Amino acid sequence: MICLGIEGTAHTIGIGIVVKENGKCRVLANVSRMYKPEKGGIHPREAANHHVKQFPYILKESIEKSGVAIEEIDVIAFSIGPGLGPCLRTAATAARSLALLLKKPIVGVNHCIAHLEIGRALTKCSDPVLLYVSGGNTQVIAFMAGRYRVFGETLDIGIGNCLDKFGREAGMPFPAGPIIEKKAKEGKKYIPLPYSVKGMDVAFSGILTAAIHMLKKENIEDICYSLQETCFSMLTEITERAMAHTEKEEVLLGGGVACNKRLQEMVRIMAEERGAKFFCPPNEFLVDNGAMIAWTGLLMYESGMEMMMEETKVRQNFRTDEVEVKWR
Amino acid sequence: MEIIRRGAEAIIYRGEWRGRKVVIKKRVSKKYRIKEIDEIIREQRTKREAMLMMAARVAGVGVPIIYDLRIKEKEIVMQYLDGERIKDVIDKRGDDWKKRVCREIGKAIANMHKNNIIHGDITTSNMVWMNNKLYFIDFGLGMKSGEDEDRGVDLHLLMEAFKAAHEDGRLFKWVIESYKENFDGATNVIKKVEEIAKRGRYMRRVS
Repeated sequence: MICLGIEGTAHTIGIGIVVKENGKCRVLANVSRMYKPEKGGIHPREAANHHVKQFPYILKESIEKSGVAIEEIDVIAFSIGPGLGPCLRTAATAARSLALLLKKPIVGVNHCIAHLEIGRALTKCSDPVLLYVSGGNTQVIAFMAGRYRVFGETLDIGIGNCLDKFGREAGMPFPAGPIIEKKAKEGKKYIPLPYSVKGMDVAFSGILTAAIHMLKKENIEDICYSLQETCFSMLTEITERAMAHTEKEEVLLGGGVACNKRLQEMVRIMAEERGAKFFCPPNEFLVDNGAMIAWTGLLMYESGMEMMMEETKVRQNFRTDEVEVKWR
Repeated sequence: MEIIRRGAEAIIYRGEWRGRKVVIKKRVSKKYRIKEIDEIIREQRTKREAMLMMAARVAGVGVPIIYDLRIKEKEIVMQYLDGERIKDVIDKRGDDWKKRVCREIGKAIANMHKNNIIHGDITTSNMVWMNNKLYFIDFGLGMKSGEDEDRGVDLHLLMEAFKAAHEDGRLFKWVIESYKENFDGATNVIKKVEEIAKRGRYMRRVS
């Protein structure tokens, strides 16, 4: 079975084409374009306009790369939520048009769950705790009693958002994460920042404010170093708590911030210390991508979760634990 | 040294202190974080836990006596409770006893919440019955808060714990009955519990 998936929840528009062969996932194509604002953060409508313009090109490119004819595609999947309204509606409209044109079934996929499923498909883990860290989302997710449940999450802003906002104040372009990572490597002095873990949840807005205040007093390398060390320690800690709580012995990373090598290192050490296994897919599948939507859509379709056209309305606040997981 | 439990952040082991049988809770160092952060948070949390235990005692709630606080080692040396875990005994006794203990539980939680103490991990595994008295242990996830949201999360956890570990549905009802009688703000907290349950989070492991 072949599925084409469209991702469009925030700054990235992506198309992935995957096939299920002998029960395994093979990615035939995974093409995406990222909207980068010239100034400030993501403007939802500008991002949606970007997606509209790019869609025809990435559709052509993905079909060519996949080596399949468009008629051979069995299912169309798209990111139904959570995300920015205008972006979601753009991806959904594209998916509906394709499904109607090709007379193929359609499924709307929960974006957060797709991050987990592509990780399970491309690494050797089977029942992990997922630390999902991106711009808008920061969650610790695990499967229990028929659903993917959120065991810990941010109480205010996403970790990526925290890094980007700090970067903007420090004059860095979007996305700031990779620049902060580079500067942090040269930092030597730890500047104490608020450490905010509440049970299995975290909060970043206080740290952000404190870090911005430091800009006038301390050098940028030390602040980046301290910011990363503090935020990532918090994330690693709640992930460990969730692992102890659920008694799971695998940990998986997902989301754009998981590309950060220091975060990867910390979670890997945590896993080693408790005798658990660490998994991390390649960067291309950590960031928002179409392949993860395609693969999850394929699993959903196989388990009978095809949608009527009327059910494909986007859900901006779609929660991870609302999805009944019929494919596991 | 006999290790009793290995948690995500601490090791609990049995020991001796001036001839007394004691329990030592040690917050362990984590290799994934830098020394500066590791030191600060282990120290803060050791102190916070001791303070919460003290506050609970002042609020009239049974807790182990703290014999020693070793800040440098991140250790709390406390009384060893030579009793029975509520989890292990509550299903085995007669109705009168069950009702009495559940009412004690409700009252103790009411006393904590009234005094802005959130236990953070109220389960029947963290309650001990010794010499006809109820004790609460493990304030490691606790905090000071007067928010109904935090109180609600606390109570919801207990509800889930009862559901998962004890079949008798009356037990939790007795707890709540007594909680309401002993805490004026109970109604608002119980409303919160329903809201929290709908979010489908904080689910306990099903086993």
